[in-house]
Amino acid sequence: MTSSSPAAPRGRERRPRDSRVGDKIFMNLARGSGILLLVIMGAIAAFLTWRSVLALSTNEGNFLTTFEWTPDAPKPVFGIAVLAVGTIVSAVIAMVIAVPVAIGIALFISHYAPRRIAQPFAYLVDLLAAVPSIVYGLWGALFLVPHMDGLTSWLNQYLGWTYIFDQTRTGTPRNLFTVGILLAIMVLPIITAVSREVFRQVPRMHEEAALALGATRWEMIRTAVLPFGRPGIISASMLGLGRALGETIAVAVVLSASNVLSLHILDAGGGTFAQNIALKFAEAGDNGRNALMASGLVLFVITLLVNGAARLIIARRKEYSGANA
Amino acid sequence: MTAATTSVTADARPISRKLTANRLPKWAPAAIAVGSIAVGCGIGAVGGLESHLQWGLISAVLFLLGSYLVSAQVEGRRQAKDRFATSVVWVAFILAVVPLVSLTFYTVQQGISVVNGNFLSHSMRGVIQSGPGGGIYHALIGTLQQVGLATLMAAPLGLLTAVYLVEYGRGKLAKAVTFFVDVMTGIPSIVAGLFILSLWNLALGFSYSGFSGSLALAILMIPVVVRSTEEMLKLVPNELREASYALGVPKWKTILRIVLPTAIGGITTGVMLAVARITGETAPVMMLVFGADAINTNPFEGPQQSLPMYIWQQYSMVNNDFGYARAWGAALVLIAFVMGLNLIARGIARWRSPKGGH
Amino acid sequence: MIMAKRIDVSGLSAYYGTTKAIEDISMSIEPRSVTAFIGPSGCGKSTFLRTLNRMHEVIPGARVEGKVLLDDENLYASNVDPVAVRRSVGMVFQRPNPFPTMSIYDNVVAGLKLAGVRKKAVLDDVVERSLKGANLWKEVHTRLNKPGAGLSGGQQQRLCIARAIAVEPQVLLMDEPCSALDPISTLAIEDLIGELKSQFTIVIVTHNMQQAARVSDRTAFFNLSGVGQPGKLIELDDTQRIFSNPSVQATEDYISGRFG
Repeated sequence: MTSSSPAAPRGRERRPRDSRVGDKIFMNLARGSGILLLVIMGAIAAFLTWRSVLALSTNEGNFLTTFEWTPDAPKPVFGIAVLAVGTIVSAVIAMVIAVPVAIGIALFISHYAPRRIAQPFAYLVDLLAAVPSIVYGLWGALFLVPHMDGLTSWLNQYLGWTYIFDQTRTGTPRNLFTVGILLAIMVLPIITAVSREVFRQVPRMHEEAALALGATRWEMIRTAVLPFGRPGIISASMLGLGRALGETIAVAVVLSASNVLSLHILDAGGGTFAQNIALKFAEAGDNGRNALMASGLVLFVITLLVNGAARLIIARRKEYSGANA
Repeated sequence: MTAATTSVTADARPISRKLTANRLPKWAPAAIAVGSIAVGCGIGAVGGLESHLQWGLISAVLFLLGSYLVSAQVEGRRQAKDRFATSVVWVAFILAVVPLVSLTFYTVQQGISVVNGNFLSHSMRGVIQSGPGGGIYHALIGTLQQVGLATLMAAPLGLLTAVYLVEYGRGKLAKAVTFFVDVMTGIPSIVAGLFILSLWNLALGFSYSGFSGSLALAILMIPVVVRSTEEMLKLVPNELREASYALGVPKWKTILRIVLPTAIGGITTGVMLAVARITGETAPVMMLVFGADAINTNPFEGPQQSLPMYIWQQYSMVNNDFGYARAWGAALVLIAFVMGLNLIARGIARWRSPKGGH
Repeated sequence: MIMAKRIDVSGLSAYYGTTKAIEDISMSIEPRSVTAFIGPSGCGKSTFLRTLNRMHEVIPGARVEGKVLLDDENLYASNVDPVAVRRSVGMVFQRPNPFPTMSIYDNVVAGLKLAGVRKKAVLDDVVERSLKGANLWKEVHTRLNKPGAGLSGGQQQRLCIARAIAVEPQVLLMDEPCSALDPISTLAIEDLIGELKSQFTIVIVTHNMQQAARVSDRTAFFNLSGVGQPGKLIELDDTQRIFSNPSVQATEDYISGRFG
């Protein structure tokens, strides 16, 4: 490896031995960490795939379209149709609610709130980002679910004609909609914390440039802050989406799961990948575990695609990023 | 003064030259807010809407519409848009505060009566699960050991990887690492648990232990640390590095003495968020440390308990008021623990940070 | 066409929180001329410049007392919209600050777009004329859709000037516009200032006294009596007089000290 910095040779002139050895050790340490990470990833992929193949070879049903999940039966039948729909629907609900609100809060902290409020509030949001999901789950099940009754019947009454908000079965609102709201609340602090940091990094001189052109505060945000922060917002959202897609325990606590596939999001039932694994894992036999791994692999691939899409969006904007150029 | 004809601006543009404009008084937004809330509550009360969620939503919509319309009438469209944006931001703030405050308040309210010396210093050994009594001492020890071990593995590895990517990373290897860090970020926690289970426990034959839990937690922690550290290192201006090279400081010393200290505040925040994330992880721990009612201080052997898993068990398996009470107590302790970690990390960040913030 | 306006300041003081940055400044700035502000660091000349288009108050806790008349209109009257003020009084900053996410074209029309001008023909026209006005057209007209951040420092600063004059302000404020530039770019900007003064009232803050002597018609000298004391206007006169025969001893000390 050659040194990439044109300025580095000066250091060598002064104390050539020491710096060259130090550089080499340090760089190899850093590089070794990167390689170790690749090895771990390779192992995960290999194990998951191997187990999935084992499971799929026993499956008597269609893995993609089957609703049931009975991999340990004498005639194993299992499929991810219900889980895939449930995972995607709940994550979409969460993002639709969380992203705009999070951007709003981040702007509130960075540009709108009086200093006296902004500082402690930012601090509070950071702390809330740390609240464990099991606590959200507990709160969701024992507090949010009972409070969702009114909103649920209201949505059913006024928006029932949209099909998705049509409630066909009454019961406690342990449904995908409530799960989506809970997930939104859970990912909100994360998206906010990251976006806020990005908004704060917007160079003051760009904001002043906009203001000096006669922009109102909102126009200043639109011309200087949001474009600058867009890649940051996207990666923040992806971080949140990743958590929403893979969230296990809070969903397992709140959702009353079933192997019914329905887009009536106010009806209890359905499931998500992660919730299904958590619920079925304990009583699963060998083939059951392998089948759960297969569903885990699918979840993994979905998150991978989401991440890839985000990367593409960010990369396309890179030409315009002024930082460190 | 010649050449007025070559002026940049020979013909008039449709931009207003007026300096004055009608402005709403300073108290206007507050007045609109109060009015909207009053009307919202009125509609809620008259319409017999039982859930206060609906009252709030109606008020919020009224407030947004109100501020736009009033401002559009008095101040014109551009100002109205500005006011509307301001209102949206404030509503977002309140929308977020309500559930988050409710969560904190409810947890404290439910948990405070449970947490006492006895609860903190006793395990569940010999306690009838469906009855009162018992504590979380065993879970506390388990969580501390599992998270500590995971951090010891993940933090150095993540930090070094980030340094590699930002300071050395060129070529295929760096691209691959960047890509797979992204991939790793997407690993659902439960999948990390399944992986360690099949590798460590099933393939290599180790039995359930706290350590196998920390292996899964480390996998979850590494990409978070890499990513946040990477971001922070990228924010260190190149000028600083160049200034250091120009003084004849070798690259590795520049990284250790200049780059890392400059970014240490952000890096600490990142590691702290990562620790917080894994402390609350239930799913992988659930399948790897097995759960125990008695104290086990050796993370490398035998089943352990952990706080999140304890909450899950008390909620879902005991599933009565005694179980809920213990779950809330443990939840409060877990939150307090995580917040404490946060506060310490922030203290360190402030103390170590060479510059006084923005 | 634009009407360059005169500025009359009376009894103006500016604060950052409780700290008084400048005290009781009164002066007149003539239209279609270049007025330079000189003085030691911390004497408040940049702060004063920023009070002339109400940019001072965007800093949290900052406020202003006194009057600034643009022709006969007080910028600090209660019914004046600061947003409108900034459209009439443009500003160029110390470091070139084109919007990094926008192309050269979009940078120039940013102000017009904010004001609601959408017609492509009008915008094209303004881009060409503003860039020509900023002596930048020849260098960039083939790559108007490339990001503005890709230009050299001097080109970026001229782009910022083009952006400022595109909204047709009546006054153009420049806050040490050349301090981040090399001598050749500086010369280009100075030439440009000489051309622009036929249409605009130009106020320029500079650390460089030769520059003040070269570009300005009138020069104002600011000073402060000690660290932590507010800055004050010492004298304002024709540039030639200030540099040859100033009426206040402090001015002469400052100028000769720097030259010597």
